[in-house]
Amino acid sequence: MTAKPAYELLGLKAREYDDICARLGREPNYVELAIFSLMWSEHCGYKHSRPLLKGLPVGGDCILQGPGENAGIIDIGNGLAIAMKIESHNHPSAIEPFQGAATGIGGIVRDIFAMGARPIACLDPLHFGSLEKARQKFLLDGVVAGVAAYGNCMGIPTIGGEIHFEDAYEGNCLVNVMCVGQVEHDGILKASAHGEGNLIILFGSTTGRDGIGGASILASAEFDESAGEKRPTVQVGDPFTEKKLLEASLEMRDRGLLVGLQDLGAGGLSSSASEMASKGGSGIDMDIARVPLREAGMEPFEIMISESQERMLACVTPGNEAAALAVCAKWDLDATVIGKVTDTGRLRIFRGEEMIGDMPVAALVDEAPTYLVEPVRPRHEVDEPLAEDHYPPPEDPAAVLLKLLASPNICSRRWVYQQYDHMVQTNNALWPGGEAAVLRLKGRRDGVALVTDGNGRRCYLDPRRGARAVVAEAARNLSCTGARPVAITNCLNFGNPEKGGIYHQFKEAVEGMTEACEALETPVTGGNVSFYNESFGKAIYPNPVVGMLGVVDDVDRIARHGFAGDGDVILLLGSGRPAVDGSEYQLRIHGEVAGRIPDVDLELEKKLQALVREAIREGMIISVHDVSDGGLACCLAESAIEGGRGAVVELDDAGDGADGSGPRADIMLFGETPGLVVATVAGDDLERLRQMAGDVPLRVIGRTGGERLVIKSGGRELLSVPVSDAAASWENALEKMMQGT
Amino acid sequence: MTASSQTKASTARFGVVVFPGSNCDADSHDAVNSFTGAEARYLWHKDTELAGLDCVILPGGFSYGDYLRCGAIARFSPIMKAVRRFAEDGGLVIGICNGFQILLEAGMLPGAMHRNAGLKFVCKLVNLRVENAATPFTRAYAPGQRISIPIAHMEGNYFIDAEGLAEMEQHDQIVVRYCDEAGEVTMEANPNGSLGNIAGVCNRDGNVFGLMPHPERVCDPVVGGADGRGVFESIMDFLVNKR
Repeated sequence: MTAKPAYELLGLKAREYDDICARLGREPNYVELAIFSLMWSEHCGYKHSRPLLKGLPVGGDCILQGPGENAGIIDIGNGLAIAMKIESHNHPSAIEPFQGAATGIGGIVRDIFAMGARPIACLDPLHFGSLEKARQKFLLDGVVAGVAAYGNCMGIPTIGGEIHFEDAYEGNCLVNVMCVGQVEHDGILKASAHGEGNLIILFGSTTGRDGIGGASILASAEFDESAGEKRPTVQVGDPFTEKKLLEASLEMRDRGLLVGLQDLGAGGLSSSASEMASKGGSGIDMDIARVPLREAGMEPFEIMISESQERMLACVTPGNEAAALAVCAKWDLDATVIGKVTDTGRLRIFRGEEMIGDMPVAALVDEAPTYLVEPVRPRHEVDEPLAEDHYPPPEDPAAVLLKLLASPNICSRRWVYQQYDHMVQTNNALWPGGEAAVLRLKGRRDGVALVTDGNGRRCYLDPRRGARAVVAEAARNLSCTGARPVAITNCLNFGNPEKGGIYHQFKEAVEGMTEACEALETPVTGGNVSFYNESFGKAIYPNPVVGMLGVVDDVDRIARHGFAGDGDVILLLGSGRPAVDGSEYQLRIHGEVAGRIPDVDLELEKKLQALVREAIREGMIISVHDVSDGGLACCLAESAIEGGRGAVVELDDAGDGADGSGPRADIMLFGETPGLVVATVAGDDLERLRQMAGDVPLRVIGRTGGERLVIKSGGRELLSVPVSDAAASWENALEKMMQGT
Repeated sequence: MTASSQTKASTARFGVVVFPGSNCDADSHDAVNSFTGAEARYLWHKDTELAGLDCVILPGGFSYGDYLRCGAIARFSPIMKAVRRFAEDGGLVIGICNGFQILLEAGMLPGAMHRNAGLKFVCKLVNLRVENAATPFTRAYAPGQRISIPIAHMEGNYFIDAEGLAEMEQHDQIVVRYCDEAGEVTMEANPNGSLGNIAGVCNRDGNVFGLMPHPERVCDPVVGGADGRGVFESIMDFLVNKR
């Protein structure tokens, strides 16, 4: 038996190795091979995703920086811009939840201040297996604590996100992290090293053996029985050092000391230095003997690929060297000149005088091979939705409502967000728990709204429709606060793309996302692809997660979702026939995920959202809430709970599910479809709103008031639940699940 | 005297200490500048000179990372010697959250912190009852007034031995307690296990005040409330209209 060749142990294929030899004109030495294995990993090289991602819309008048930098940047007017980016830290969190999540926050926060932006918010979309399993509780507890430990210490409020629990994530949880920052236009930095003779300064933490192979071994392969052995590839976070790194970076920027700034993330020094040279159209000579180390005896390749956290690279002119080092000294940070910019177009690694690596920058950064896979539509994807009488109707809809409100996918997230400092920086115009977070911008009338959305279950049934619905829902959430959707960042979580079925899901989802982003005019400013989310050959639900930015013209004119007065008229805006397919009702009550989800009508969606925003701006909307998980009944119940008052609702068009009639009562109550919004207005405003609505369907369905939520159809009472009972089911469900044994 | 005896609002001087790891320094700075008519400046942890200041704020955050006990390293920082002298000379010192923890570690206020009873970080709006409305930090409130101010901490579970507690009660040093909507001090209203629901205390002279809740976070209704403004108004009233 022959030993596996070195390249294979590092995750490269034989063909890729040959390709590397061709580009070097010789065989690589081990240092070079280790660097190539990182840069050409799926995680850094986007080998299976690059060709498809090219179709995403990236342009727009307000886009100052699209994909390709550490973060996207969006102009919001009057000289101010917003930087944002979302990333995954799925595999590290599945192995070591606390540090995995903590360093996920650390990494995405560095991406934001590497652009010169001061981080103003984090959002964390999380997906786990069922909380009935002890391991999943351990993961949730650890991930939330990790996010809290890092974000709270940094003084960056975690203001949103979402949590889903589905069996499909049992072996491979998803921990996505988004960070948003603000920056004056003239303060924007790029990760560029240019100007021959300029210096490369490494500052922040020392370099150790932690996180070796994080990008190649951990992030670019499926989990199997050896997962536990990969724990040493997970890094350990130090938010205190990162806080100092943030302040020192922005102080250097403010003092005009930086030519370029780059963080060290996946791939460590190798990736950061080669990307800086690539963006600057330059080369870099680097002396690893100058890198401050955490332990003695580290091999050169270890220094080059270490993913030790809390490190940055700065490019400065020789004249600014002393001033830059002085800023680092003020913040008690190690800082060392480790290299200089050249015009060679090559990344050259030295140990003292001896050159131990010499590679073309373009080969490392731009020339990783790309792969196209023949897509295969999985058998569970079907063309027809389930018949409406596929499941028997429930005997007690009120009991169904209470059960859905207590579902881990619907119940209050308070247990989570109370562990996050969501108020620091004092900008929250809308606190967690609403449609989206809204932040004021100090000294300005306008503000920003932020939301993340993902729904793997729907994407599993139809990845194209699912992705369209995810983008539409994010935009709808923002519009329901009064914010105009502006741009997205995406985190595409999928299984092993070498499999035709997974590739099909990825392709369909990217195309669906493209359609929706084009229709809603929300271009993609960057993001992250996370493949190989599989354990023991079982893939997660395909899960394109969207982080969306909106702009509110006036933070004093935003809407909330709680019923706020008695006797207000309740309206159902938009259209769409609710379906059981892919709904929380189907999963929770009927124990299945099957059928085909309804598609979103993007043109109508756009009009609906514009109507909602205009009505909010005009001060007509008293409360507004989009219909999503748990359907119309849960939507009404959530507004009732939040507002502490009930409602009487009459759904006159429930039918028996037969052709031509309305949806069956239970599907009317709990079915899901994109494109519906519940709003309350004063009776006096109703006619004006009708005029404004144009061809957006508008139906009066009831009035607020009383202590119960009553829903009737054709004079028959479908359900009647005291708001206090609904609140009791919804409020503490997550706490109870976490405390149960 | 550090604090001049006839201070006008426009000339009142606040200093906000920046330790490495402070993260509510900007919020405190902003609260002073936006809502008091006075001016705040930042003080670096290595500074040793506080001349000309009327009030020093030790802000929230994670000074020096707080990897040891919260505030245990900050108490040794150069500026804390100056802060101690400043307080001994009658200057006003307010420690918010981490600032409170530092004042406890420095022995400038009685008591100590345990980790929260729930062992988790807690960030939420809580109700406080103003037990002593005669201090320079609370005189804008009515005695017994209920105010809503958020907390955000992992170690705010206040403890002091029985003897110390009796002494504090005797000298009216318990300034605010966690209470419910109705202003009742109950077990249910206690977010972190603090002894006697204690949320904030002052020294015997009344010029050093520490509290876990964050008044600087609720000075502007657009971000959810303005009950915290009273703390800054109290300080201004004390500085301008005097004791």
